[in-house]
Amino acid sequence: MLQLLWLVPALPFAGFVLLALSGRRLPDRWVPFIGVGSVGLSLLAAVLVATSFLAAPPPGYAYSQTLWTWMSVGSFTPGITLYLDALSLVMVVVVTFVGFFIHLYSAEFMAGGEGYGRFFAYMNLFVGSMLTLVLASNLLLLYLGWEGVGLCSYLLIGFWYQDSYNGYAARKAFVVTRVGDAALAIGLFLIFNSLGTLEIQDLMRRAAQQWAPGSALALSAAALLLVGALGKSAQLPLQTWLPDAMAGPTPVSALIHAATMVTAGVYLIARTNVLFALAPAVQLAVAVIGAVTLLLAGFSALTQWDIKRVLAYSTISQIGYMFLALGVGAWTAAIFHFMTHAFFKSLLFLAAGVVIMSLDEEHDMFKMGGLRRSLPLAFWTFLVGAASLSALPLVTAGGYSKESILYQAWAGQAGSPWLWAVGIAGAFLTGMYSFRMVFLTFFGEMKQQPSKKPSIDIGIPLVVLAALSIAGGYIDLPRTLGNLPILSSFLQNTLPPTVIAQPAIDTELVLGVIAGVVPLIGIYFAYLLFFQRRPAYADGPTRVARGGPLYRLWFAGWGFDWLYDRLIVRPFVWAARADKDDVIDSVYDGITRLNVVFNNLLSGTESGRVRWYAAGIALGAVVVIAIGVFA
Amino acid sequence: MIAAVPMAHGLILAGCLFAIGLIGVLVRRDIIFVLASIEIMLNASGLAFVVAGSRWGQPDGQIMFIFILTMAATEVSVGLALALQLHGRLRTLDIDAASKMRG
Amino acid sequence: MILPWIVAILFIGGVLAWVAGRLGPQWPRWVSMIVLLIHLALLVAIWAQYFGQLTLSSRGPWLIEFNQPWIPQVGISFYLAMDGLSLLLLLLTNLLGIMGVLTSWNAIKERVGFFHFHLLWILSGVVGVFLALDLFLFYFFWEMMLVPLYFLIALWGHENRIYAAIKFFIFTQASGLLMLLGIIGLYFIHGQSTGVYTFNYNQLLGTPLPASTALWLMLGFFVAFAVKIPVVPLHPWLPDAHTEAPTAGSVDLAGLLLKVGAYGMIRFLVPLFPQAAFSFAPVAMVLGIAGILYGAALAFAQTDLKRLIAYTSISHMGFVLLGIFAWNELALQGAVIIMLAHGLSTGALFILVGDIQERIHTRELGRMGGMWSTMPGMGTAGMFFALASLGLPGLANFVGEFLVLLGVYQVNVAAAAVATIGFVLATVYALWMMQRVFFGPNREGWKLPDVNAREATIYAVLMFFVLVLGIYPQPVLTTAKHGLDNVQRYVARELDGAPPFDSSAARLRSDNDHANPPSSDHRSRP
Repeated sequence: MLQLLWLVPALPFAGFVLLALSGRRLPDRWVPFIGVGSVGLSLLAAVLVATSFLAAPPPGYAYSQTLWTWMSVGSFTPGITLYLDALSLVMVVVVTFVGFFIHLYSAEFMAGGEGYGRFFAYMNLFVGSMLTLVLASNLLLLYLGWEGVGLCSYLLIGFWYQDSYNGYAARKAFVVTRVGDAALAIGLFLIFNSLGTLEIQDLMRRAAQQWAPGSALALSAAALLLVGALGKSAQLPLQTWLPDAMAGPTPVSALIHAATMVTAGVYLIARTNVLFALAPAVQLAVAVIGAVTLLLAGFSALTQWDIKRVLAYSTISQIGYMFLALGVGAWTAAIFHFMTHAFFKSLLFLAAGVVIMSLDEEHDMFKMGGLRRSLPLAFWTFLVGAASLSALPLVTAGGYSKESILYQAWAGQAGSPWLWAVGIAGAFLTGMYSFRMVFLTFFGEMKQQPSKKPSIDIGIPLVVLAALSIAGGYIDLPRTLGNLPILSSFLQNTLPPTVIAQPAIDTELVLGVIAGVVPLIGIYFAYLLFFQRRPAYADGPTRVARGGPLYRLWFAGWGFDWLYDRLIVRPFVWAARADKDDVIDSVYDGITRLNVVFNNLLSGTESGRVRWYAAGIALGAVVVIAIGVFA
Repeated sequence: MIAAVPMAHGLILAGCLFAIGLIGVLVRRDIIFVLASIEIMLNASGLAFVVAGSRWGQPDGQIMFIFILTMAATEVSVGLALALQLHGRLRTLDIDAASKMRG
Repeated sequence: MILPWIVAILFIGGVLAWVAGRLGPQWPRWVSMIVLLIHLALLVAIWAQYFGQLTLSSRGPWLIEFNQPWIPQVGISFYLAMDGLSLLLLLLTNLLGIMGVLTSWNAIKERVGFFHFHLLWILSGVVGVFLALDLFLFYFFWEMMLVPLYFLIALWGHENRIYAAIKFFIFTQASGLLMLLGIIGLYFIHGQSTGVYTFNYNQLLGTPLPASTALWLMLGFFVAFAVKIPVVPLHPWLPDAHTEAPTAGSVDLAGLLLKVGAYGMIRFLVPLFPQAAFSFAPVAMVLGIAGILYGAALAFAQTDLKRLIAYTSISHMGFVLLGIFAWNELALQGAVIIMLAHGLSTGALFILVGDIQERIHTRELGRMGGMWSTMPGMGTAGMFFALASLGLPGLANFVGEFLVLLGVYQVNVAAAAVATIGFVLATVYALWMMQRVFFGPNREGWKLPDVNAREATIYAVLMFFVLVLGIYPQPVLTTAKHGLDNVQRYVARELDGAPPFDSSAARLRSDNDHANPPSSDHRSRP
C-alpha cells in the first residue's frame, strides 16, 4: 500500500488542474465534488498508507518513492522523491485530515459567492503543495512545496481581490515570507556547496561527519534555515504578515494560517534537527526567538478587537511555543503541539467563521455578545477550542502538549528556568485572551441577532475537530499521568529523543501543576475584566488603559509594521519612484545634448556668406602651410 | 641670352597677385568683381607654375598652366551663369543676398 | 546541406510573405505560419534524430556542420554549425516566431505583407547568428537582424516609435562596430602569428594574445553583447524599444535579441579570450548583480505596463550574465535555462500587454485595475507568467535562477547572496503588477471580452512549455550540455597550466617573437 504514497499529493494537484481548466464553465454545484472529493481521496490514500506503514514498518522506518529525476546537472541531481517516515507521516495525516474537514466546511461556507471554483482550486493547490513540502525527500522539492504554499497563501488572502486592502495584505504576506525564503535558498546553496547534496537524510549524515559542532558552516547553515522558518512561521522579526493575512476567507485562515502552512517552519527545523544540534548557538536562538515571540504576540492578542486578529496573534504565540520546544531539543513535544494546535486552532477559526458569517461579516468582538443561546454549536465548539488553546489541564489536548513543552523548557538539555518562566507568562496571557474572546463574543448582552444558522456541512467539521481538541491529547500522556507516550515514541523513530538533564518525577509533577493552574488564573482575570466588567479591574493587572500608549503599541503589534515601513518600504518606494525615468538614461541624454550643442556651434559657422567661407579656406590654407613649413 | 629673372621675383609677383585676388574675393560684394578676383587668383597660381617650370627646365609647369586656363574658362562660364541667375531671381548682383542658400 | 536551408527558408519565406501581401492581408499571415511550421518540423526532426547522440562520449563538437568558402581571398567562409546549445535557441526562435505571427494576426492591419517580411527576416538573422561559426558571417547576421527590427519598430510601433527605433539602432550599431574592431583585431593578430588569415571560429580559438590586447579585444565583444543582453549601464535603449515596438517586435526583442548577446558570450567571448574574460569576471558579475537589482527596482516604479515588463527583462538577464561569468556547469546550464524561460515567460507577458492594449488602447497602469472580474482567463494567464517571472519553483525561471545561483555560490558566496535579494524584489514587482492590472476595484468599469481561441492557444502553448521546463527540464539540460561541454572543455584546456597572465603571455611570446617584438612590451622572458 505504501506505493500509493504519490497519490497523496497528486490527488489535490489533480483537483486543482481540473478546477483550473474548467474555470467558470463548471457549475457551482459540481465544484465541491472535485474540490472536497480530491482532498477526501487524498485523506483516504493517506490513511491507507499510514495503516500499512504502521502495520508493517518498512526497513529503516522510512519509505522513499522516486517519481522522476527533476534535473541532473553534474553532481546536482535532485529527484521528485517522496520520503515517508514517522515525522512526515504525522504531518501528512494531520494535513489531510484537517484539510479535508476544512474543505468540507468551505463547501457550505463559501457557497454562493463569486469564484467558488477558484477558491477550491487554490485550496487544492495548497493541500498538494503542503503535502509536497512535508513529503519531500530533498530540500529542493521541499522548497517547491514551501513556495507553493506561500503562493496559495497569497492567492487566498487576496481571494476577494476587488478590495485593495486584501491585495495589500496578500502581497505583504508573500513578500515578507519571501525574505525568509531567500535566506532559505542561500542556505540550500551553502549546504549543497559544502555537503554536495540536498537529500535531507544524506546531508544530515554528512553534516554530522564533516562539520564540527559549532563550526562556522554549521552555524550559518542552521541560521539560514532558521530565517526561512521564521518567515514562514511568522516568528520575530518576520511575524508582521500574519495578522494582516486574516483578510482572507475564514477557512483559509483556519487551514493555512493556523493549522498547516505557518507550522512549516517548525517542520523544517524538526526535519533538519541534526543541523541545529550541530549549531547550539542557533538552537538557543530558536528557543529565545520562540519565547520572545510567544510573549509579545500574547500581549498583542490581548488588545485586538477583531476576533480573527486575536486568533492570528495567538497563532504566532503558539508557534512561539513550538519554536521554544525545538530550541530546547524537545522535538517530539513541538510536533505534538503542532498537532493539537492544528486541531484546536482550526476549530477556533471555523467556529469564529460561523459567528462572523451569521452576523454578516462582523469581525468586531465588541459588537458581538450574548451569542451563547442563539449559536449553541458555535459556542460549545468555540469554548472547547478556547479551553484547549488556554491549555486547561487534564481535559484538553492543548493542555497536554503545552505542559510537555513547558516541562522540557525547564528540564530539557538546553532548557532553563528563564525560558520556562516566559512560557508560563505566555500561558497566563493565553488563558486571558482566549476567554476574553469567549466572554466578549458569547456572553453579555446580545447586540446583534444572527441572521443565518450553520448547516450540517459546517457542523460536522466543528464537532469532529472539537472532539479531537479534547481527545487529541491522550495520544501522548506524560509520566505523571499514565505514562503513555504513544506519539513521542512513534516520532522517536525519526526524531532524536529529548534529553532530560535530571529526570525527577516530583519536579515534573510540580511543574505540571503550575502549568495547569496558571491558565486558570488567566481565565479568572478574563472573567473579572470582560465578563463582570468591573471598573476597578478595568486597568487591572496589565495596567493598560484602552487607548493608552502601551495599549496602542500592543494593538499595533509592537510597532514592527511602523518600523519596517519607515526603514525599508518607504525608502525603497521613494528611491524607485525617484529613479522612475532611469538616471542612467539621462547620462545618454546628456551625450545627445552635448552633440546638439556642438552641432549648433558648428552650424553657426555656416552663415551662407561666401566671403566668410573663402576667408576660412584662405586661413586654413595659411595654417596648413605654416605647419608644413615651420613644424 | 637674357639674364634669367630670379625665381624669387616671379614667386613674389605671383604671391602679390594671389593676395590681391583673395582680398578682392573677401571684400567685394558685387559678384562680377568676385569672379574677376578669382580669375586673378587663378592667374597668380598659373604664374607660380610657369616660374617653377622654368626653374627646373620642365614643361610640366606650362602644361599645368594650360589646365588652369581651361579651368578658368569653365569657372567663368559657371560663375557668369550664377550671376545671371542671381540677377534674374534676386534682382541684384550682391552675393550676400544669396546667403539664404545655406543648408 | 540542411543548415543553410534552416536560414534560407525564413529568408525566402519573408520574401514570399511580402509578395503574398499583394493578394490580401490574410495571405502573408498564412504564408509565414506555414513557413515557420515547416521550419519547426525541420528543427524537431533534427532534435529527434540527434537526441540519442547528444550524450555519446564519442560525439564531436558539432551535430551538423556546413562549410563553404565564401570570400576565400581573405579567409571568409560560409561556415554554419549546430550543437545542442544552438539547437535549443533555434527552437526558441521558431516558437517565439510562431507566437509573433499569431499575436499579430489581428493587431497588424497595415502593410501586412511588409510586416511579415520584416518579422521573418529578423528570425532568419537570429537563426544565422545562432549558427554562424565564421566571425565575419556572424557579424553579417548580427547586423542583418537589426535592420528589419528597426523598421518593425519605426513603421508599426506606437506613439514615440521613431525616437525608440533610432535609439535602439544607434546603441546596437555603435556597439556592433566595437565588436567588428575586435573581430578584425583578432583576425590580424591570428594571421600575423600563424600566417593563416581566417575568420573561422575553430581556428581562431586559442589564438595567442598578449594579455592587454586580449582584454581590449574582449571588451569590444563584451560591449556589443552587453548592449544586447542588456547589461546595466548599457540598457537604456531597451525600455524605449520594447515600449514602442509592436507586440511581435517586443516578443522578438525580449525572446531572441537579448538571447543573442548571452549566446555570443558563451560561444565567442569566453572561449576566444578565456584569460581576459576571467580577469574581467568580477566586473561582469557586479554588473550582473547591478542589473538584477536595478532592473527589478525600476520595474516596480514604472507606470507603463510594457515598460515595467521591459525592466524585468533587465533583471532576469542579469542572472544570465552572472551565470555566464561564474562559468561552471551549474551556472551555465542555469543561464541557458533562464534564456529559454525568459524568452517564454516574458514573451508571454508582452503578448498579454499587447492583448490588453488592443482592448483598452492604453498601457497606463493607472487606468487598469480589477480586470480579473471581466477577463478571468487573461488574469489567469497573467498570474501564471507573473509567477514564472518571480521565480516560483515548478516553473521554468526558477530552475534557471536556482542553478545559476547554486553555481555562482561556488565561485563567490557574496555575489550569490546579494543576487538572491533579486528573488524578493521580483516578488515585489510581479505582485504589484498583478495588483495594478487585475486586482483591486474596477474603477474604469471595464467590460472586456475574455481571451479568444487564438489568444488562449498562445497562452496555453507557452504555459505548457514553461511548466514542462519547470518540472522536467532534463531533455533541455541534456541538449544544452552537448554545447556547453565543448566550450567548457575548450576553456579549461586553455586555462590549464597557464592561469595567471604573466606566465601565459611569456609562453605565447616565445612562440611568436616576430608578432610581438620584445621592445613593444616590458614583460620579461622566462
